[in-house]
Amino acid sequence: MNTQKNATSWLFEITPKNKFFSLNLKEVWQYRDLLFLFVKRDVITVYKQTVLGPLWYLIQPLFTSVTFTIIFNNVAGINTGTIPPFLFNLGGITVWNYFTACLTGTSDTFKSNAGIFGKVYFPRIITPLSIVISNLIKFGIQFFIFVAFFIFYYFQGANLSLNGLIIFFPLLIVIMGILGLGLGMLISSLVTKYRDFSHLIGFGIQLLMYLSAVMYPMELIKEKLPKFGWIVEYNPLAYIIETSRYLLLNVGNISIGGLIYTFIITVVVFFTGLLVFNRTEKSFIDTV
Amino acid sequence: MKDIILKAENISKQYRLGQVGTGTLSHDLNRWWHQIRGKENPYLKIGDTNDRSTKGQSDYVWALQDINFEVERGEVLGIIGKNGAGKSTLLKILSKVTAPTTGSIKSRGRIASLLEVGTGFHSEMTGRENIYLNGAILGMTKKEITSKLDEIIDFSGCQRYIDTPVKRYSSGMTVRLAFAVAAFLEPEILVIDEVLAVGDAEFQKKAIGKMQDISKGRGRTVLFVSHNMAAVKSLCTRGIVMEYGKVIFDDDIDRAVSYYLGGNGAERSNSKKINIDNELFNLKEIGLQNVGKSFDEPLVENEKIELFTNLVFHTDDTHRYHITYHLYNEQGESLFSFSNSSSDIQLKKGQNILKCIFPVNFFQSGNFSLTIFVIEDKRRSIFKENDIIHFTVIDGGRDLGVYMGREPGFIRPEFEWYLNE
Repeated sequence: MNTQKNATSWLFEITPKNKFFSLNLKEVWQYRDLLFLFVKRDVITVYKQTVLGPLWYLIQPLFTSVTFTIIFNNVAGINTGTIPPFLFNLGGITVWNYFTACLTGTSDTFKSNAGIFGKVYFPRIITPLSIVISNLIKFGIQFFIFVAFFIFYYFQGANLSLNGLIIFFPLLIVIMGILGLGLGMLISSLVTKYRDFSHLIGFGIQLLMYLSAVMYPMELIKEKLPKFGWIVEYNPLAYIIETSRYLLLNVGNISIGGLIYTFIITVVVFFTGLLVFNRTEKSFIDTV
Repeated sequence: MKDIILKAENISKQYRLGQVGTGTLSHDLNRWWHQIRGKENPYLKIGDTNDRSTKGQSDYVWALQDINFEVERGEVLGIIGKNGAGKSTLLKILSKVTAPTTGSIKSRGRIASLLEVGTGFHSEMTGRENIYLNGAILGMTKKEITSKLDEIIDFSGCQRYIDTPVKRYSSGMTVRLAFAVAAFLEPEILVIDEVLAVGDAEFQKKAIGKMQDISKGRGRTVLFVSHNMAAVKSLCTRGIVMEYGKVIFDDDIDRAVSYYLGGNGAERSNSKKINIDNELFNLKEIGLQNVGKSFDEPLVENEKIELFTNLVFHTDDTHRYHITYHLYNEQGESLFSFSNSSSDIQLKKGQNILKCIFPVNFFQSGNFSLTIFVIEDKRRSIFKENDIIHFTVIDGGRDLGVYMGREPGFIRPEFEWYLNE
């Protein structure tokens, strides 16, 4: 085969540390079949040996939306304008769910895969990538139920209209996926050494939801809590949720400045996450 | 010119003892502070050799220290050593599961590792789905797997269950399926850790045969860690012996195994000076060796073994005395007794060097001890010394494709066989 190669040409070298940014895209591409198979595994094994099967994907957002509608709209009286409150909540929750699924899934990468990672090598980033992709499929299914209710309310005579900018909706979801992935990679790396972060993530996500304009319009918080409204304005997720509602239901505002801010934060978080992840993957098995 | 496919240079690996968490943050900060000032990591200088049984000075140990070796293309390298010698750590570094603390490994070929069969099997998925998943984890593409799927299923012998979830499999079937996937990997370098310890005799045969195919037939380079010396001897061409994280011996496999089993070159000898003197006799020395070898070499099972007893009689009526031995296994159970009274050999006044030869493959590999008796008039025992000598018989090389495990029992006598008489 390559016996003629001279003494200096090595195929690869195993060294103590990765280079600063060494996302080896070529290697990831070589393992694309594994990525695909992981996604397949994640999707098909979720509803094995259940009666309701993939319906479970739909039950959770539906029931959460009903609860939110009762608590926040009927009891607390949050005004969603012309939009039926249930549809308003369903939209927010569907989008928010994708982010939390990405974040919680990827933030556990090293800990929950220690068994496999300790035995065999493949580019570790395949695992969080597969989580983001398989959750995208789940999101697709959940989005379908949103569309169904949209049509239902439309024929009920609710005042619904689509925004022309809806073509940018997929881009928004991709940005959110990348943000979840970046944050997840960052946290998963920290969890290997400091378990504190896995405790933080559990209730942190709960709190974050209340700051992300999921069940209220962004306008409302600024109006009712002028002192604390700025917190929400610094949350990139709030812009994503607000914008997706703007695109899907034509309510609220679109803030170009906010979106640029979100985009920058996403890029920074993603590359920080990638950097830390790369540094961790080489020897996390000794500390996990 | 030698065709080096893999080269390890100064590989070291440091581990921290105790609980990670206590003081981790302060050490991390200290390390980082040294790093930004451009200084060396302060914790790299300290550390003891990794001897599990002694109390160390430091919280850090070196699981591997300055490992250097080269592997030629097509070589089958056996890595042997006691538990905790660093074999598995070395394999983990070779298979990129963890990074070395210092040093580097250079390779000219794709490395695939089999540190455990069935990595990533998902119990809810069918055998077929798991073949794809496991194959992909091990680095195969979907196309490669599809082209070998029939062979894999055939090799595993699980045709009937192939579309059943793996959780319904017996543990043996899971292992068979997993090994089948691994056996069809085609990397230039294959790293294998103890996978032969699983499965029944028939499957072990198959597995060893397949590994022989891989290494001999297709010139693949294999690095093999096992405690099964019979398997190591039969498969490997070269061996390195590790102890406390260092390579202490590197030679052809027979010598490496002998070195390892012979107590790592310590003055181990199968002979023992006794010097028990009484008015009747002086028992000077007792020893065992393979015919044609010396007392210093380990006893192998597949060669004749001779037992020497050096005894000086002070009396003239030596014809009244016989020597009897009892053989014990390592659990202290007596196996049988034997004596020169069954032969027509008579001891003489003065020095007697009594020799008893055991046939080839009489002992099974294991530890034994002898108790010696001096018998008077075939009736009375007038002298007894318990456990006068301990000795170890080790595996010899076996033919490839035969069972590599240990047969039951402690001896393996040959009987006469007849057919249709």
